[in-house]
Amino acid sequence: MRSLRISDLIVDQRDRYVFRVHRSAYVSPEILELERERIFDRSWLYVGHESEVANPGDFRTREVAGRPILFCRSSDGDVRVLLNSCTHRGAVVCREAEGNAKTFQCFYHAWTFNNRGDLVGVPDIAGYGPAFRKEELGLIPVPRMTNYRGLVFASFDPDIADFTEYLADAKDPLDTILDQGEVDHVRPGMEIVGGTHRYSVRANWKMITENSLESYHVAPLHRSYIEYLRLAGADVSQAPIRGYSAGLGNGHAIEEYEGNWGRPVAKWEPRWGEEARREIDELRERLRERFGEKHATRVAEWNRNVFIYPNLMINDIMAITLRNYYPISPDYTEVTAYSLARAGESARWRSLRLDNFLTFLGPGGLSTPDDNEAMESCQRGYRTVKELGWSEMSRGMTRPPEAVDEEQLRAFWRRWATQVTGAEASTARRRLRAAAR
Amino acid sequence: MLTRSEAEDFLYEEAELLDDWRLDDWLALFTDDGRYLVPSTDKPQSDPNTTLFLIADDIVRLRARVARLKSPHAHAEAPHSRTRRLVSNVRVASDDDSGIRIVSNFAVFRYHGDIADSYVGRYEHTLVRLGLGLKIRLRKAILDCEALRPAGKISIIL
Repeated sequence: MRSLRISDLIVDQRDRYVFRVHRSAYVSPEILELERERIFDRSWLYVGHESEVANPGDFRTREVAGRPILFCRSSDGDVRVLLNSCTHRGAVVCREAEGNAKTFQCFYHAWTFNNRGDLVGVPDIAGYGPAFRKEELGLIPVPRMTNYRGLVFASFDPDIADFTEYLADAKDPLDTILDQGEVDHVRPGMEIVGGTHRYSVRANWKMITENSLESYHVAPLHRSYIEYLRLAGADVSQAPIRGYSAGLGNGHAIEEYEGNWGRPVAKWEPRWGEEARREIDELRERLRERFGEKHATRVAEWNRNVFIYPNLMINDIMAITLRNYYPISPDYTEVTAYSLARAGESARWRSLRLDNFLTFLGPGGLSTPDDNEAMESCQRGYRTVKELGWSEMSRGMTRPPEAVDEEQLRAFWRRWATQVTGAEASTARRRLRAAAR
Repeated sequence: MLTRSEAEDFLYEEAELLDDWRLDDWLALFTDDGRYLVPSTDKPQSDPNTTLFLIADDIVRLRARVARLKSPHAHAEAPHSRTRRLVSNVRVASDDDSGIRIVSNFAVFRYHGDIADSYVGRYEHTLVRLGLGLKIRLRKAILDCEALRPAGKISIIL
């Protein structure tokens, strides 16, 4: 394949209000290879939340950019992200989904590692020469990891910018979400609730970004969900949604908006009843004490879909979803979604939050199956790519972008096209060049 | 005590109603406090108040689910999939004042366009005697798969 130019992939003419994405981006195996190499291997990627490994010895196994990963808290209390592959002959060392362990023994030849990753047991060690050094053969940590207010990210690029620099303007909305929890000096105030939505879509991974970050599809596509809300006593009169959309730098993006619905963080709605109202008032007062009126209102009342490039979507609506997704092939994506919540919230809010999550945001709910259907329908439509090459994405270019516009999607695509074409030199090369000057 | 063949008759008829898309008749099998649950695949034994489920319908949402599936706006099921449910290994686990608990195995096959998906697991029904018939108070479908892949969703009633 000849080398790709940005103009092969997007048409971005701000003066003419034109923005188009070439549909090869959704179907080409060559582009997926470039995405793996230039995006997933050079980004900060979500691993998990430290509440999932709350106690020393706790572990979870998961995949990050295709690599088997051991996410654990070692006996000394540190959160660690290790490559879950035996340094001996490669077998996946820990094959349980979750648990608590002091050591991990590879089932193939019985090499044993402690929960810091150190190699502590090798059968017949007398059979190895002086070049064999146990201390060099521990489980390999990911090249970079960070724990940002409880959210653990990893990168396979040793030279990647520090996480807060990488976050750019996404730091502010991410902090606003995390401000729902109260830190008690021991643990972050937020936690992952048990129960994971592990599902898939027969569509390109980037469509999940588009679908989760753009809400003007809600009225036509999710009409039957809105009808359910109406029947359940909710106020569904508000239209259109009030708010804005924006790029946040480095491909991150946001859509932030007001809604009539309640939020377990501290926004009441009439169908919850008077007792709930008193509880909400107390929660709201607490936020006001911590942050003052203005920020408390933003935390409590506003909804936000925050996209952390390249593949983490945080929807802070009636519940908070962390949706993480990876391409398996151009037309098949695996999705894993977690429920993030305020630690220590009462049974009422916990239950309500979960109810909201699974009804609107889950693959068994009243909306997500139709989102999947829409994405899969697009993917089928892209079989016409030779005749119909370009998708249109210019809504809102003529005005300050509203919540129902597509500026947030353009922010993603601009960054994506720059990275996937190699138009942006790797951080390492840039730094080397800078050092040479 | 409900006999196994009575339990089987009930479950087979229920499966037939769903395969025939006679959803109102199926909904009429539930009590007014009836519930339909599908736990997340990583927490098959848990409580929907404290753990995220895939489906946790009370009767209000179950009615909405049925109304939605009958409308042309449930796009993943418009047109309706063809489905076939196999229910087996039926046992009456208990029959007392709290209800009749029936456990069984299921395989649900769904065909939609060029897609073929299957869902395999275990049903736990709690039935109550109401008038001359039996009604469902709790219907739980516990999936065996570790992830909803490649099906990706539960757009039908399992």
